[in-house]
Amino acid sequence: MRASGVSAVVVRQVYLLRGSPVRLLPMIAWVAIDIVLWGFITRYLNAVAGHGFNFVPALLGAVLLWDFLSRVMQGVTTAFFEDVWSRNFLNLFATPLTISEYLTGLVTTGVSTSLLGLMAMLALATGVFGLSFLAYGAAIAPFILVLFLTGIALGILGSAIVLRFGPASEWLIWPIPSVISPFVGVFYPLSVLPHWMQAIARGLPPSYVFEGMRAIVAGHGAPMGQLAMAAGLAGLYLAGACLVFAGVFRYAIRTGLIARYSAESVG
Amino acid sequence: MTPADPSQAVLSATGLRKTFARLTAVDGVSFEVRPGEIVGLVGPNGAGKTTTINMVLGVLQPTAGQVRIAGIDLARHRSQALAHTNFAAAYAPLPGNLTVEQNLRVFGLVYGVKGLGARIDEVIAEFDLERHRRAKCGVLSSGEQTRVTLAKAMLNKPRLLLLDEPTASIDPSTARDIRARIVAFAAEARGGVLWTSHNMYEVAEVCHRVLFLAGGKVLLQGEPQQLIRDHGAANLEDLFVEVAHEQLAAGGGGGGG
Repeated sequence: MRASGVSAVVVRQVYLLRGSPVRLLPMIAWVAIDIVLWGFITRYLNAVAGHGFNFVPALLGAVLLWDFLSRVMQGVTTAFFEDVWSRNFLNLFATPLTISEYLTGLVTTGVSTSLLGLMAMLALATGVFGLSFLAYGAAIAPFILVLFLTGIALGILGSAIVLRFGPASEWLIWPIPSVISPFVGVFYPLSVLPHWMQAIARGLPPSYVFEGMRAIVAGHGAPMGQLAMAAGLAGLYLAGACLVFAGVFRYAIRTGLIARYSAESVG
Repeated sequence: MTPADPSQAVLSATGLRKTFARLTAVDGVSFEVRPGEIVGLVGPNGAGKTTTINMVLGVLQPTAGQVRIAGIDLARHRSQALAHTNFAAAYAPLPGNLTVEQNLRVFGLVYGVKGLGARIDEVIAEFDLERHRRAKCGVLSSGEQTRVTLAKAMLNKPRLLLLDEPTASIDPSTARDIRARIVAFAAEARGGVLWTSHNMYEVAEVCHRVLFLAGGKVLLQGEPQQLIRDHGAANLEDLFVEVAHEQLAAGGGGGGG
């Protein structure tokens, strides 16, 4: 893998962000709104529930971690969509650029932009509502790792879907985190779900993050073994998503999809 | 992988064939482009010109046949082979939301150009783009955008330059200027050029050799003036029309783009 190929993809995104600061807004504004909204909800719940349970690390922490995963995914897909929107595939792929260089560039961009969002969320959640990541102890590292890997895998999978089915399928990609969230138990324990949903949840790495988070809040300590398994599962999904993207790319080369990629022509 | 040899053909296409479902867009096309040679690929709409170019660019996999760029098998060593090429096409402008300089830097990195800053300055000067250096490509006129695309195409000093109707939709003065630059590239840098165009006067003026493509097959090939003499045509355009009509009458309406 050539460093110059990866940096070409990253530098393009840096130029886009620098040239249009409006692109920075969604990375910060929407997550900030979520934190403010849920911050006040948790403050209200703490007031009505008395002193028995602290909703801040349980609910606000969950919102923050879930938004983080969504931002990682959207960071990757948005970087990819920039090439869709500017019809840049022919320029990019009729070159020595390899798929691994392209994906590494997208992931680097997605991770960097999502870290911006994470910092904004943390500043608000900690400064205004008193949420501290210290409350989760050492488990915060596997929490972040699992969500990073899952977000990247979803981002690459979403990009593969749009590459295969055309720009109009972009609207199938944005709601993916919302579709997954009921299964992974962002706000409730998996035990409240029906068995079929629990079976799906066990195959989704973020489920272990949110179960782990609730275990810590309840004073049971972090299930490190399960989190390690979740990280391994997320790594597998990431490898699978890369394989799917590479497979779709080969299909696009075989059928001429890359050469004639546009909303009108992709069928 | 065969090492690149400066004396060998920069492009060797052998038995290229592309089939889409029941449509054969390109059917057994073979040709070479040698260093310093400009080869015109002409034919009616749907003859298979762009399909052929796309196969050479590695964005369309041939159903059969082989493409070698500077001696390197494109199917087996895609990245190494494409490092020796570059292209410009009227239908593939650079992203309009980046400036001229930003686009050149991004694509310079994609091609791994050494001494990129200096090379960008060179192509900007060569294509008279200095006053547009910090302008977003999307706000430039079509002639200016064509010059930017050509500047991008020259960034890595390619051994094979692919041009798909580079002078389409630009004024005659700019088109003449662009033709002169490409002829100079072939003569001075000894790069091979594969050029598609519907402008037969342009093809007759700049191309050392012409391939007439129709129905996905090469019907005629040779040096333009020789072809005109051999077929008793007044000029290349008349010969083109005659060949296209014969093909149509024979029911070979064509295949690809």
